[in-house]
Amino acid sequence: MPPITPLLIAQVVLILVVFHALLLAAAAMVWIERRLAAALQQRSGPIRVGWQGLLQPFADVIKLMFKEELRPKAADAILFGLAPIISAACAFSAFAVVPFGGGTTLFGLLSEPMKLQVADVNVAVLVIFAIASMGVYGIVLAGWSSNSKYSLLGGLRSSAQMISYELSYGMALASVLLVGNSLSLTDIVNGQSGYWFHVIPKWFIVVQPLGFLIFMTAGVAETNRAPFDFPEAEQELVAGYHTEYSSMSFAMFFLAEYINMVTVSAVATDLFLGGWHGPLLPESLGWIWFLLKVLALLFFYVWMRWTLPRYRYDQLMAFGWKVLLPVSVVNLLVTAAGVLYFGA
Amino acid sequence: MSPTLNDYLILSAILFAIGTAGVFLRRNLITILLSIEIMLNAVNLSFVAFGRSFGTADGQIIVFFVMTVAAAEAAVGLAIVIGLFRHRESLNPDTFTSLKW
Amino acid sequence: MTFFYLFGGIAVIASLLVIAQRNPIYSVLLLIASFGALSGLYVLLDAPFVAVTQIIVYAGAIMVLFLFVVMLLNAPHEDTEHDERVHPLRRPGPMRFGAVLAIALVVELLWALTRAGSAAGAFPEGAVISVRAIGKSLFTEYAFPFEVTSLLILVAMVGAVILAKREARP
Repeated sequence: MPPITPLLIAQVVLILVVFHALLLAAAAMVWIERRLAAALQQRSGPIRVGWQGLLQPFADVIKLMFKEELRPKAADAILFGLAPIISAACAFSAFAVVPFGGGTTLFGLLSEPMKLQVADVNVAVLVIFAIASMGVYGIVLAGWSSNSKYSLLGGLRSSAQMISYELSYGMALASVLLVGNSLSLTDIVNGQSGYWFHVIPKWFIVVQPLGFLIFMTAGVAETNRAPFDFPEAEQELVAGYHTEYSSMSFAMFFLAEYINMVTVSAVATDLFLGGWHGPLLPESLGWIWFLLKVLALLFFYVWMRWTLPRYRYDQLMAFGWKVLLPVSVVNLLVTAAGVLYFGA
Repeated sequence: MSPTLNDYLILSAILFAIGTAGVFLRRNLITILLSIEIMLNAVNLSFVAFGRSFGTADGQIIVFFVMTVAAAEAAVGLAIVIGLFRHRESLNPDTFTSLKW
Repeated sequence: MTFFYLFGGIAVIASLLVIAQRNPIYSVLLLIASFGALSGLYVLLDAPFVAVTQIIVYAGAIMVLFLFVVMLLNAPHEDTEHDERVHPLRRPGPMRFGAVLAIALVVELLWALTRAGSAAGAFPEGAVISVRAIGKSLFTEYAFPFEVTSLLILVAMVGAVILAKREARP
């Protein structure tokens, strides 16, 4: 048993805070999506439940909890129950290595500053990539264990899409690693502090614009969001891999999808947009800037969904393999050449 | 009392024996391939343990190569299994005993 | 030490279940659990890069490939020519030979276990080998195997695509 110091208590509290913040973030995403979609389509969206409809996600959760938990008779019971658990668990654990604030002493309560990151691993970037690859299993198993045509097709297509876009995701990550010179996310964010000419912040998006675009595109495809959401498209596949799920299992899949979106946005913020660094606020309040940047990226996510038509599945796969992967390889090579020439 | 090199080698040997038993005893091509993967992982564990006990990076580098070779072998092996299944509709290696295609 | 026993126990039990399971999908999932435990063992051995690479490559890519093939072939249960209830040692033919070999291996293993008491071989105190050191070594000392590996993967990819392609009907 390690000694119970204020630091240990603060870290345990941090874990609980991050977990609940993620749950709240998923609820907030439901509200943001519906209100933003409404605004983009010039209608009002949910405005009646609570002030401006803010209690709508909670109403949805309560409704989902009261629904009957169905299971098809021919479905494989163990895998059917395991699949949403895997999806949700991978979505939550990926956030464990994402730093969202600088060192803070909690207004002087702690003797030394504590990093706002649940686990500071020095291979953090790879851990995120690893957990993203494990998230594929939730979808594959959901599709297979439901023992129905739509589910199986949706599950296989969705997982094939995810593993194809993981390659470009990894290459874009590798380009940032070349510039950031470390695998630890905290070091990469700290490498983005400061300004050039006192005006332009030293964010990696300035050095790696193509890398940012590739990362976000691959991230959108990884999380199965539009315009890459063919495997869940209502018009084509009923609901894809989660057709046969109802009540809380369905809620877990949706939770997993929204939290994956938040994680991809958070990682993109850390890698490309300078993390928690920003003008005017002190270091210990950097998490406010982090929150604002993540919200900006999530706004783009929702905006893209309700604006762009979706790709057909073969167009999607062709895009991933024939366009995005070569572009990301070229980006990596050009970055490597640049780092060699300019000496990082 | 932290684990010693011997502990890791014994664990690696146990896993290797399990993999070998799987290759000998199972009559399903895919399970045989899975048992081969168990054996490769047991060997990886030995390499990393030895690399740690010598303090060099060589153990981890060899593991890197072993993983790559395992991936290539799994891909080709599974492609062969698919081809065989298409022909005889069975995954039992005993159905492939005659050379006649 | 408790972590070693925990991860080691999970790895051994999961591997035993892999070879004992009838349904190949459960075998693949149990093997993924075994790989996760091995990854934990690598972390205990101060090799975080190998641990994460194990999850990315083995558990995240190779096992997905296995899972896809099992689902594609849709052969959930192994159909054997022998009665499943007969002990492997009593089954005729190559099964008996295989079972004898497996038992021989286990006996050897037990012999080695009882003899291994002599040199304890504790690990020397050392720093975690950084990814930077691994990368440097990969690109200087082991550059040739690295490049050859890329060629190997290319050949495997082309071979797999050609082998699994459907023959064009005339």
